[in-house]
Amino acid sequence: MHEMSLMESVIEIVCETARLNGARQVKSIRLDVGVLSHVDPDALLFCYEAVRHGTLAGQANLEINRIAGEGWCLDCGKTVALQKRFGPCSGCGRHRVQMTAGDELKIRDMEVI
Amino acid sequence: MCTVCGCGTSPIGGYKHEAGREGLDHDHHHHHGHDHHTHDHRHNDGAADHHHAKEGSVHRSHGIAGVHVPGMSQERIIQVEKEILSKNDAYAAENRRYFAGQGIFALNFVSSPGSGKTSLLVRTIRELKDRMTINVIEGDQQTSNDAARIRESGARAIQINTGKGCHLDAHMVGHAVEDLAPEPGSALFIENVGNLVCPAAFDLGEAYKVVVLSVTEGEDKPLKYPDMFSAADLMILNKADLLPHLDFNIELCITNALCVNPRLHSLIVSARTGEGMEAFYGWLEASAARSKVV
Repeated sequence: MHEMSLMESVIEIVCETARLNGARQVKSIRLDVGVLSHVDPDALLFCYEAVRHGTLAGQANLEINRIAGEGWCLDCGKTVALQKRFGPCSGCGRHRVQMTAGDELKIRDMEVI
Repeated sequence: MCTVCGCGTSPIGGYKHEAGREGLDHDHHHHHGHDHHTHDHRHNDGAADHHHAKEGSVHRSHGIAGVHVPGMSQERIIQVEKEILSKNDAYAAENRRYFAGQGIFALNFVSSPGSGKTSLLVRTIRELKDRMTINVIEGDQQTSNDAARIRESGARAIQINTGKGCHLDAHMVGHAVEDLAPEPGSALFIENVGNLVCPAAFDLGEAYKVVVLSVTEGEDKPLKYPDMFSAADLMILNKADLLPHLDFNIELCITNALCVNPRLHSLIVSARTGEGMEAFYGWLEASAARSKVV
């Protein structure tokens, strides 16, 4: 359940950014979470409920944007879709694929009042 | 202190405290004082329209990605573009700078519970006593049993109990290092909470992550828990003395591990009988020496 620590970190960064921008309240938060990253979006949402209360983001809506997995296949010489973190190339079936997208774990933006 | 208006005494920059809960209380407390105190500032900047803030604005905005016309709404979208782990990574960078400055060689030992991490460390400390100074940070949810075992072997050890936490983070380790004050030029072994999932994501500022896998666990662990094995630099296959009694396939295990991490080095040891430990000591001393050159 490291999702709890991650959400605490999200709330911290969001509240700090809100304060620095003189906001009274955070309306919504948007995260980018890659499908190949090590977190479970449902667990993130669950933990979010637990950590947001009593903060500037207490009423904020959380939106999790899933980023599809992509990798560069050295053998095919092109970008291919990646279903698993260390999965094979969908074109040639070999494993010489370097992940280029899908590992994201970041706060994209937030809406404040 | 509040970075907007200077009110309050609670440090915003203090981030999360060890207990986690404390961090929440801290935030909560601060907002109250802060909001009351700075209410007027916000009126003055002309951006806030309190009559519409609560209900009216909900309908005007078509969600966060909707069109936003400047001057028409009091709502704003702030581009954050920050890694969620950026706080931890900043603490980790601080730890790493400190280690580099002091010539301390830090290793982060990760594994599932019961793989023999503590036994491995105890034997290493005993046998390397005359060759290097080793200090230990022990991470567990509860009890200081492991720190006690380490101290018996002659090394200084500090225990971090994470309570409900499933991993150590760089902030906890930073504080433990302050308390432990390891000698310049020494080695620091950080024994993470026994967990093959969560500690993978949290950089502690170590030079290398060492994953310990015991041969009783099954050779498909690297495929089942790829994040940990891809984050590691060295895999130690422990309990090799049990191999004659098991169907464990070492080659398959290493192949699986290389599948998720082609850079991974592997060593086969038994912390109980001492078999293969010299190779680990060789890796340790060579890596420590190299880290001081870089």
